[in-house]
Amino acid sequence: MNIYILYPEITVLLLTLLIVIMDLLLPVQETRRSLAYIAVMVLGCLFISLFYQYHFGISPYFYNKLFYFDNYAIFFKQLFLLAVIFTIMLSLDYADDLRYSGEYYAMLLFSLLGMMVLASANDFVTMFIGLELMTISFYILAAFKNNDENSSEAGIKYLIMGSVATAVTLYGISLIYGAGHSLDFNVLAAETRFFVPLMLTGIVLLIIGMFFKLSIMPFHMWSPDVYEGAPTPITGLLAMGSKAAAIAVFIRILFVAFLHTANYFLPVLAVFAAICMIGGNIAAIKQKNIKRMLAYSSIAQVGYILVGFCAASPQGIKSVLFYVFLYIVANIGAFAVLTVVDKQNKGTDDKAIAGLSKSAPLLAMVMTISLLSMAGIPPTVGFVGKLYLFLAVVEQGYIWLAFIGFIMSMISVYYYLRVVKVMYIGKANNDYINVSAAIKITVIISMLTTLLLGIWPQYLSVLTNFAAISFAL
Amino acid sequence: MELFALNHAWLIPLVPAAAFIIIGLFFKEFHQLSAGIAVLAGTFSFIMSAAVVMAVLDAGISVEMPFIQKIQWIKIAGMHFSMGVMIDPLSAMMLVVVSLVALLVEIYSIGYMKGDKGYGRFFAYISLFSASMLGLNIAVNFLQMYVFWELVGLCSYLLIGFYYYRISAREAAKKAFITTRIGDFGLLIGILSLQMVFGTVDFMELRHILPVYIAANGTGLLTIIGILLFIGPIGKSGQFPLHVWLPDAMEGPAPVSALIHAATMVVAGVYLVARSYFLFAQLPELLHLIAWLGAFTAFFAASIAITQREIKRILAYSTISQLGYMMMALGVGSLTASMFHLLTHAFFKSLLFLGAGAVMHAINEEADIFKMGGLRKKMPLVFVTMTIGVLAISGLPPFAGFFSKDEILAAAAAVSMPLYIIGTITAFMTAFYMARLLFVVFWGKEQHGHVHKTSYFMQIPLAVLSILAAFAGAAGYVGGFGDWVRFGEAMPEHMNIGLAGISTALSVAAIALAWHIYVSKKYLSDIIAQKMGFIYTVSFNKYYIDEFYAILCRIFIDGIGKIMYFIDLYIIDGIVNTMAALTVYCSRIFSKLQTGQIQTYVAIFFCGVIILLVYTIVFFTKINELAAGGGF
Repeated sequence: MNIYILYPEITVLLLTLLIVIMDLLLPVQETRRSLAYIAVMVLGCLFISLFYQYHFGISPYFYNKLFYFDNYAIFFKQLFLLAVIFTIMLSLDYADDLRYSGEYYAMLLFSLLGMMVLASANDFVTMFIGLELMTISFYILAAFKNNDENSSEAGIKYLIMGSVATAVTLYGISLIYGAGHSLDFNVLAAETRFFVPLMLTGIVLLIIGMFFKLSIMPFHMWSPDVYEGAPTPITGLLAMGSKAAAIAVFIRILFVAFLHTANYFLPVLAVFAAICMIGGNIAAIKQKNIKRMLAYSSIAQVGYILVGFCAASPQGIKSVLFYVFLYIVANIGAFAVLTVVDKQNKGTDDKAIAGLSKSAPLLAMVMTISLLSMAGIPPTVGFVGKLYLFLAVVEQGYIWLAFIGFIMSMISVYYYLRVVKVMYIGKANNDYINVSAAIKITVIISMLTTLLLGIWPQYLSVLTNFAAISFAL
Repeated sequence: MELFALNHAWLIPLVPAAAFIIIGLFFKEFHQLSAGIAVLAGTFSFIMSAAVVMAVLDAGISVEMPFIQKIQWIKIAGMHFSMGVMIDPLSAMMLVVVSLVALLVEIYSIGYMKGDKGYGRFFAYISLFSASMLGLNIAVNFLQMYVFWELVGLCSYLLIGFYYYRISAREAAKKAFITTRIGDFGLLIGILSLQMVFGTVDFMELRHILPVYIAANGTGLLTIIGILLFIGPIGKSGQFPLHVWLPDAMEGPAPVSALIHAATMVVAGVYLVARSYFLFAQLPELLHLIAWLGAFTAFFAASIAITQREIKRILAYSTISQLGYMMMALGVGSLTASMFHLLTHAFFKSLLFLGAGAVMHAINEEADIFKMGGLRKKMPLVFVTMTIGVLAISGLPPFAGFFSKDEILAAAAAVSMPLYIIGTITAFMTAFYMARLLFVVFWGKEQHGHVHKTSYFMQIPLAVLSILAAFAGAAGYVGGFGDWVRFGEAMPEHMNIGLAGISTALSVAAIALAWHIYVSKKYLSDIIAQKMGFIYTVSFNKYYIDEFYAILCRIFIDGIGKIMYFIDLYIIDGIVNTMAALTVYCSRIFSKLQTGQIQTYVAIFFCGVIILLVYTIVFFTKINELAAGGGF
C-alpha cells in the first residue's frame, strides 16, 4: 500500500469538493471566476509537481498492482491536466453565462479525475470506474446549456449512445472474466488460453467499447451531433481529453493485458485506422460548421493515432504519445478561438468565422497554425508527429497504411485551408472582437508550443520515449 | 586584435547578414539610416578581414595548415555536416578582397543610388550579398560552400532585377538565374557524388583521403566528378558556353555590376576550383580541359568586346575574358597566378565599372560610348582613375595587371605554346578595346553640354580603387604573394623579361592603334568595319549564341512544354478532377447517413459490432485450422 502515489487524484478530488462547497457558500449573483482561478492554480502546481515524479526503475503501484504510477501514467496525467487547465481558462467568459457555473467547473474536475484514474488503471474494475466517472461527467457537461435545445439534444444522445457502449463494454469484461478468471491486466497477460471464442468475443466487445469512446467509424455516429451541440469548451475537452484518456487505457489493455493476442487484432486495427482516415477526412469536406468539421477531423486524427498502434513497437507507442500531445495542443488553440467566436458571433459556422483575420488577427493566426498542425504541415509539430507515426508503422511493414495516411493528409488540407480562406478572405461580421487575457494567454501558449516543438521536437520526443518504454514490447 | 579576429572570423559574414535583416525588416524606408548600417557592417567586416590577414601572416597559417573552427550543423544517421570557418592564405586573401570592394561599393552607392525609391532595399541586398560571399569564402566543406554559392546566386538575381519595373531587367535576372542554375546543378551532382564516394565533403578530410583513393582506384570516376564540379564554375564564372548571362546582368545598377559581376561573385567559380585544387591537381586531363576552355573563353569574349558599343557590355565581355585568364592559369597549374590576377582584377575591374557608372550617371544614363565623347575635361577625376584602370587591365608596367597577367602568360608558356599565343593575342585585343573605350568616351567631340557633378561618395572609392589598381600588383610581386597563396611548393617569383617585354610591346602597340583609329582618325573605324564585313557582324552579334540558345529553347523546351501541357490538361487533371468529384460525392453520402436519428445510430453501431464479431470468430476458426494443419 503506497497511498502517496494517489496524491494527484486526491488533490483533484479535494479541489473538486472545495469548489462544490465554495459554490454553495458564495452569493448567487457573484461570478465563479475565483473558483476557476483557484482550480487553475492548484492544477498548475500539480502539473509541475508531476515532472518530479518521472523515475527510472520499477514503478510504484497501489493495492496489488491495480493502480500503476509508471512514467506512462504520469505523462498522460500531465496531458489531462493540461487539457483541463486550458479548458477552464477558455471557459472563463463562457461559464459566466451559464446558470450553474460553479458546478460546471466541478464537473470538469470530476471528468479530470476519471481521466487520471484511467491513465493508471491496471485492472478492469479500476478502468471501468475511471471510464464511467469521466463519461458521466461528460454527459452532464454536454447538456450543460440546459436552456439550449441543441445542448440538451447532445446530452441525451450522448447518454443513450454512451449507455449502449457501456453495456457492450461491461458485457465484454464479464466474458473476459469468465474466460480468464481475473480482471487484473498482469494476471491476464500471464494467461495463455487466449484463443477460445469466449475470450475473443469478450476482447472484441471491449475493443468496441474503446472504439466508441474514440469515435472510430462506424461507432462514431454520436460524435458529430454531440460535438456540435455541446458547449464549445466541452467539445474541445471531448475531442482531446476524452479521446486521450481512452487511448491511454486502450494501449494498456492491448499491450499489457492482451499482448499475446495483439498480433491477432492489429490487422483489424489497421483496417479501422484506414476507415477512420478515409471516412473522417472525406466526411469533413462537406461540413459547414467548424465544430462539426472538427468532429470529423478528430475521427481522422484518431485514425492516424491508430496507425501508431499498428506498429506495436516502442516507437509506435512513442509516436502515439507524441501525436496525442500535439493533437491536444492544436485543439486547445482551435477551440479557444471557436469559443470566442461562438460567444461573440453566436455560432461556429463559416459565417461566424468569416473575416476573423480583420476582427481578431491573433485568433485567426492561432486557428491557422492549429489547423496546419492538424494537417501535418511543417514547420508545425503536426508534421513531426505524422512523420513519427508513419515511420514507426512503415518499419513494421504497413506501407499501404502509411500510403493511405499520406493521401488522406493531403485531402485534409483542403478542408482545413478552407477555414483559413474563410477567415482571411471572407467579409467580417463586426469590426473588432474583444479577446480576454485568459484566452490570449491560452492561444499564445498553444501557438508557440505548436511552432517551437515543430522546429525543435527533441524534448517532447525524449519525454514520450521515456514514457513509452514503460511497456515491455 | 589579430587573435580575436581569427577566433571570431565567423562574425565576418554574420554582421552583414545581421545588417541585412535589420535593414530589411525595420529600416527599409529610412534611406540614410539603412546606408549607414550597411556601411558600418561593411567596415566591420573589412577591419576583421584585414586583422585576419595579419593574423595569418603572423601566426604562420599556411595552405597546408589552415585554421579551422567548425560546429555541427546537420546530423543524419551515418552523415554529419559542419558549418564553420576555414582560414588559410587563400580564404584570407578572398576575405579582404571581397570585404574591401564591398565596402567601397557601398560607399559609392550612397552617392550613386541617391533618390532611388529602392534605396533601403538596395543596401539590404548588398549586405546580404557580402554576407553570402564572405560565408562562401570561409566554407569548410562543399556543402557550406554550395549553400552560400546559391545565396550569392540569389543576391545576383535580386540585384540584376533591382529595377524590376523594367522588362529588360526582369528578363536579364531570370536569364542569369536560370543559366547559372544549369551550372549549379552540375555542381550539386558533383558534391553528392563526392559524398557518395568518399562519405565526406569536408575539404580537409577529402584532401587526406584523395591520394589513398587514387592510389587504389585510379582517377576514372574522379575525373567525372571533377567535370561535374567544374560545371558549377562554368556557369558562375561565365565561361563558354554559359557566359551568356553575364553581359545581360549589366541591367542591374552599376555598383552591383562592379561588386557582383566583376569583382566578387563571378570569381566564386575560380575560387571554388582553387579551393578544391587538391582534387583538380590530381586530374591532368581535366586541368587540360580547364586551361583550354579558359583560353578559349578569354579569346572569344575579347573578340566580342572589340565591337560592342554599350560601355557596361564592353566591360562585361572584358570580365568574361579575364575570368578565362584565371581559369587558364588554374588549368596550367598555377594557382598563384590565377589568384594574383583575381586580386588585381577585382580592383581594376570594379574601378572601371564604378567609373563607367559615374560617367553614365553624369549624362543621364546614356550607355552607348559613341554618344559620350569629350568627357575628359568635364570629369577629370573619373578620367584619371579610368585611365589607371585601363592601363592596369592592358598590362602596362607598373600597373597591377602587368604583374598578374604576365605571371599567367609565363605559366602558360611553361606548359603549352599554343595557350601562350592565344593568351598573348587576347592581351593585345584587351589593350585595344579598353583603349578604344577610353578614347571614345573621354576624347573626341563633346556631346553633352551639361554633366551632373559626381558626388564625393562616388569619388572616394574611385580614388582608393585607382591607387590599388596602380600598386597592388607591384606590392604583391615584391611582397611575395607567391610564397603565400600557393598550391604545393612555392614558385620563386621571377620575371621572364622576354615574355614581359613582348606583352608590354603588344599592349603599347594596341593602344597606339586605338589612338590612330579613334582619336586621330587616321583609319576610320567604319571603313575597317565594312572591310571586315562578316567578322565584324559576327562579333557584333556575339557569335549569335543568344539566338542559337533561343532556337534550342523553342524547339526543345517549347516542344516538351506542349506535350506536357497536353498530358497535364487531359490526363493528370482528368484524374485529379475525377478523384475530387468522387471525394465530394462520398462526402455527401456520409452526410446523408448522419440522419440525427438515434435509432439509426444505434443500428449502425450494432451492425459494426456484429461485423467485427463475425470476422473475429471466422478468423479464429481459420487460425485453428492452420494450427491443426501444422501451419501455425
